[in-house]
Amino acid sequence: MVSFLLKKLFQLFITLIGISIISWVVITQAPGSPIALTMDPKVSPIIIEQMMKNYDLDKPIYQQYTLWLKKLFTGKLYSFKDGRPVLEKIEERIWNTLLLNLVATIIIFSLAIPLGIFSAKRQYSFLDNLGTFGAYLGISAPGFWLAYLLILGTVELFGYPVLGMRSFVTEDFTTTEIVMDRIWHLMLPSIILAIGGIAGLSRYTRSSMLEVVRQDYVRTAKAKGLSEETVYYKHALRNALLPIITIFGFLIPDLIGGSIIMETVFAWPGIGRLSYQAVLARDYPVVMTILTISAVLTLIGNFIADILYGIADPRIRYQ
Amino acid sequence: MESQKKTFWHYFKKRRMAVGGLTLILITFLIAGLAFFLAPYDPGKTEVSMKLKAPSFQHLLGTDQLGRDIFSRMLYGSRISLSVGFVAVGISIFIGVLVGALAGYYGRWIDSLLMRFVDTMLCFPSFFLILAVVALLGPSIFNIMVVIGVTSWMGTSRFVRAEFLSLRERDFTQAARALGVKDSRIIFRHILPNALAPVFVTATLKVASAILIEAGLSFLGFGVQPPAPSWGNILTEGRTYIFDAWWLTVFPGLAILITVLSFNLLGEGVRDALDPRLRGRR
Repeated sequence: MVSFLLKKLFQLFITLIGISIISWVVITQAPGSPIALTMDPKVSPIIIEQMMKNYDLDKPIYQQYTLWLKKLFTGKLYSFKDGRPVLEKIEERIWNTLLLNLVATIIIFSLAIPLGIFSAKRQYSFLDNLGTFGAYLGISAPGFWLAYLLILGTVELFGYPVLGMRSFVTEDFTTTEIVMDRIWHLMLPSIILAIGGIAGLSRYTRSSMLEVVRQDYVRTAKAKGLSEETVYYKHALRNALLPIITIFGFLIPDLIGGSIIMETVFAWPGIGRLSYQAVLARDYPVVMTILTISAVLTLIGNFIADILYGIADPRIRYQ
Repeated sequence: MESQKKTFWHYFKKRRMAVGGLTLILITFLIAGLAFFLAPYDPGKTEVSMKLKAPSFQHLLGTDQLGRDIFSRMLYGSRISLSVGFVAVGISIFIGVLVGALAGYYGRWIDSLLMRFVDTMLCFPSFFLILAVVALLGPSIFNIMVVIGVTSWMGTSRFVRAEFLSLRERDFTQAARALGVKDSRIIFRHILPNALAPVFVTATLKVASAILIEAGLSFLGFGVQPPAPSWGNILTEGRTYIFDAWWLTVFPGLAILITVLSFNLLGEGVRDALDPRLRGRR
């Protein structure tokens, strides 16, 4: 276990360095990057000067990178747009995004796993086929399109606002009404954000379950006369759910990508919308920081998933 | 080889959803090829007196805020969506196969280096990375294809590597090596053809996701730029009028949904038909 951990930690460290290099190279060295902008006569000299200072463009290239890294960690990176520290801007938005993604993740896991088990149990029944088709629809529909259809539907049906984190006028609301209002505004974006995940994870659970059910130990359990329920939920399910631990890490980049679109559609003040606004305003420090932070979060998510998987399944540790 | 193909078709034909997907894809291709012929109006022709008209016999899918015929625009839009999908996937498969083959065939430090790079790339939220780079480079159809291609090859290289790891130990590879065949020939002529089937499957699934990504970029204003019609930007221009002109939002979305769905169904169907463990079941 210790050598497994050490190996994973070493890989983590290497990947971390890789992430910082790629984020930096992609944003600063690409054509159309800040450096190219300094050659553009249309850009005001104040911004150019600010950028030269921010990226230490007068220094050699390896120093530019290390200085950027140092500024990132010490919180000395400032937004081009309003001059505020990048980390401060991110911190005030990140909780909204986490809330949205947490609810979406809960929806995904609580719906997808039972759905997958149900489908596996009745393989090739009408409902299973319907589920399969529904899952394909779920991964094939553009999320923002579904969001607009849902907005169109709910607004026509209930006539209640759906955009933002809460309604504009809430002074004469009772406490219960304020809570309900918040939940209402939270539900629509999280449901849309969760649709792709539900479709993917339920199919994954289904095929994983079908794989396990054909194993020898399941047949043995049936042969020794255990009830169908015990075999299914105790022997098969536990083993089928094992690989799902690793899915957890891979959900993060999808959710972050989805957040950009969903937060823009629903005017949700989170990281996704912040990153879109930063891209629009060519606010490079913000874009780079969010890119780096989300990659690091994914890395940590995968690392935790790997460790958990290693703990849960000894076969993984000795590979 | 011939009998393999026969077995494949035998099992593929039984998957009705996949066959349906393939048929729809062929129809979409036909539409894209004959758009010039099929379109009742010039997709760029504006006619302000006809703006925001609901679907009718005159304008099958209605008109937009400039009075342009949505049906004609969507016919032409299929070209853009399909070409973004195919070119992006071509680039992605090329890089993925190359990296996977090198890592799997040579192993050791080349493998470790390339796989760490793959791990690193996989950590980035791909949509945000694509958005940021396309915004930097400027949203042209060429940039969009290239950026989607160079950010989506990692999955391919992972499984191509796995295939190579097992195939390089097989007798036919050892025999080729013993005969003194060059590495490049062993990689491309001896091993790669054995690993192509799963590559085809991912390629199909990737076309689906590339079309969705282009639509997402269009929605954020960084897709193929108007007035060139893509399904994504017809949809995006239409959302302003969502409460007055639902057809501007519903139809292009449906076109994207159906095309993406067809590619997904085809890919999954081919995968199942190729997998001996799944054969004999539907």
